Amino acid sequence: MPPPIRRIVVDREPTVADPAATTNGGGASAAVAHARSRRPAPTPTAIKERMLLESVWLAYGSNWVVRDVSISVRQGEVLALIGASGSGKTTLLRSLNRLTEVTEGAARSGRITLDGTDIHALEVNELRRRVTMVFQQPNPFPMSIFDNVAYALVERTGRRRRRRTPEIDEAVADALRRAGLYEEVAGDLDRSALALSGGQQQRLCIARALAARPEVLLLDEPCSALDPISTATIEELIVQLRETIAIVIVTHNLQQAFRVADEVAFMHLGELVEYGGSEQVFDRPRQQRTRDYIRGAFG
Amino acid sequence: MASLSVSPAAVPPEALPAPREGVSSWPLIDRVCYWLCWVTGIGLCVIAVAIVAFMFVKGIAYLRPELFVKSPAASLRQTQSGGFLDPIIGTFIVTAIGTAVAAPVGIALGVWLSEYRSPRWLARVVGSSIEILAGVPSIVLALFGLLIVSKGFLSFLSQGSPQGSLGESFLCAGLFMALLAMPLIVAATYEALEQVPNRVREASFALGKTRATTIWRVLLPSIRPSMAGGVVLGMGRIIGDTAIVTVLLGLTIKNEPVGSTPLLGTLRGTGSTLTSYVYYNSPAGEGNSHEKAYAAAFVLLMVVLLLNALVTRITRGREPGRRPRWYGLTGLVGRLGWTR
Repeated sequence: MPPPIRRIVVDREPTVADPAATTNGGGASAAVAHARSRRPAPTPTAIKERMLLESVWLAYGSNWVVRDVSISVRQGEVLALIGASGSGKTTLLRSLNRLTEVTEGAARSGRITLDGTDIHALEVNELRRRVTMVFQQPNPFPMSIFDNVAYALVERTGRRRRRRTPEIDEAVADALRRAGLYEEVAGDLDRSALALSGGQQQRLCIARALAARPEVLLLDEPCSALDPISTATIEELIVQLRETIAIVIVTHNLQQAFRVADEVAFMHLGELVEYGGSEQVFDRPRQQRTRDYIRGAFG
Repeated sequence: MASLSVSPAAVPPEALPAPREGVSSWPLIDRVCYWLCWVTGIGLCVIAVAIVAFMFVKGIAYLRPELFVKSPAASLRQTQSGGFLDPIIGTFIVTAIGTAVAAPVGIALGVWLSEYRSPRWLARVVGSSIEILAGVPSIVLALFGLLIVSKGFLSFLSQGSPQGSLGESFLCAGLFMALLAMPLIVAATYEALEQVPNRVREASFALGKTRATTIWRVLLPSIRPSMAGGVVLGMGRIIGDTAIVTVLLGLTIKNEPVGSTPLLGTLRGTGSTLTSYVYYNSPAGEGNSHEKAYAAAFVLLMVVLLLNALVTRITRGREPGRRPRWYGLTGLVGRLGWTR
């Protein structure tokens, strides 16, 4: 029996503009911006600040790759980091869960906090459980789909981790459902994860990252290796997840940033050039460099 | 201007040099080397096939079922000198001890060299030491071993004597066999881990897993075929070694237990293996019964060939597509010059 087909909405109906908002000019512009993107406007009450970066500098050896960046990561909104290659986006993202420390010669100054606590005061593995990451290349472990997701579960680190309890089954299924992969793989969870397609592998990686029950999800160009349909599925997923998890996405693709992000930070050669709401950065950039970069992409 | 007016079609196609085909058109030196490659390649195949075929013919001719169940006895008469039950058990014991020691230590060393590598200088020293160990002839290892295990305080490994320890027992031989097999296991583990892309490790770290958890639950399972291949190669080396058996196992015809404790007595006692049995029965040895030497050598060859086949099978993976093998044994072959 073939697996049930998941319906993918690539072109959703444009969000109907709020009639009250059209009466003043700024609101109309925002409504137009939202009509162009697929995402509904964030619920203002759900927005909650989770991570705060205060004048963060990052270096590899004697080479500064991020210079004096201050931004905040909020739950209920998607933050996109955009910029050309080598602008320090990925390094900045990796510093949020201290994954930069894996690289030798990496150094940092400035302050990064998670819910008010400095991330260096937290135990590094606890931090990384709370701030999980999905990488550019899909990187499932060479084990079954089930084991890939179950590996991330905190409950599985105990002594009886090899046992498959109903709670673990449920947690795995839940993570796969949240990543929109469950229907496609439910028939055979013991299949090797490497047998999945690229898009499925990446959603498996997202499921794995979600299974750790994170508070912040970091996405490093999650769609750059994927086809448009997989990309659309993942973008839809990002917008859905926004309410419960703070999301930071690094992307080269400005269209994608425009589609999924509520806040956009444009970086150039390690500096934060412009940082603001998505409509503002894309429609009314304040800096000439931002204007040039966006014009290059949007024509 | 006149030359430009000639259309390309007017150029006769014969003007183009014909593409070179076949070896006969190569320069002389290339041709000589080409044929040399063929000759050496075929020569090696012929030698390998000849050994196996010769042993097969001789071995089958002298192989009797009772050889497997009879203990050897010191007798000049072929009919009374027994079979090679004890050497087979001896080979099994030595291989078991060697593997049981070498596998955990070797895998741990491979993991440490690849994943921790700190302090740096120590990792470099250990890496070079293992490479040296891989190149040490086993007779040198055996003599060095005898020097150590004949110390009095190590007499629990073998029999004690007033001067010190005898230094000849299954335990002594097994321990130094482990040193023989360990470089292969370290190299297999290390090379396989080096081939695991860093993104796999980062993916695990990014889920809040420690390095130890990552190694234990992600990296080691994914290189299991390579590790198994290294272990089996190591077993092959132990089974095929004669020098350590000669020096550290005592070369008694039968396995001679020490004391009355059933298993420990045998382990502390002297004995023989298939290789030493072949030597003993060869014209150079005391037994001088070539029929039994052929039969035992045939069994030995079959065991080693079986292990080689096992390596190929393990490293190739069992069910293609279903549980794909990621990281191979490729580096090992070049690193230790192991050719099969």
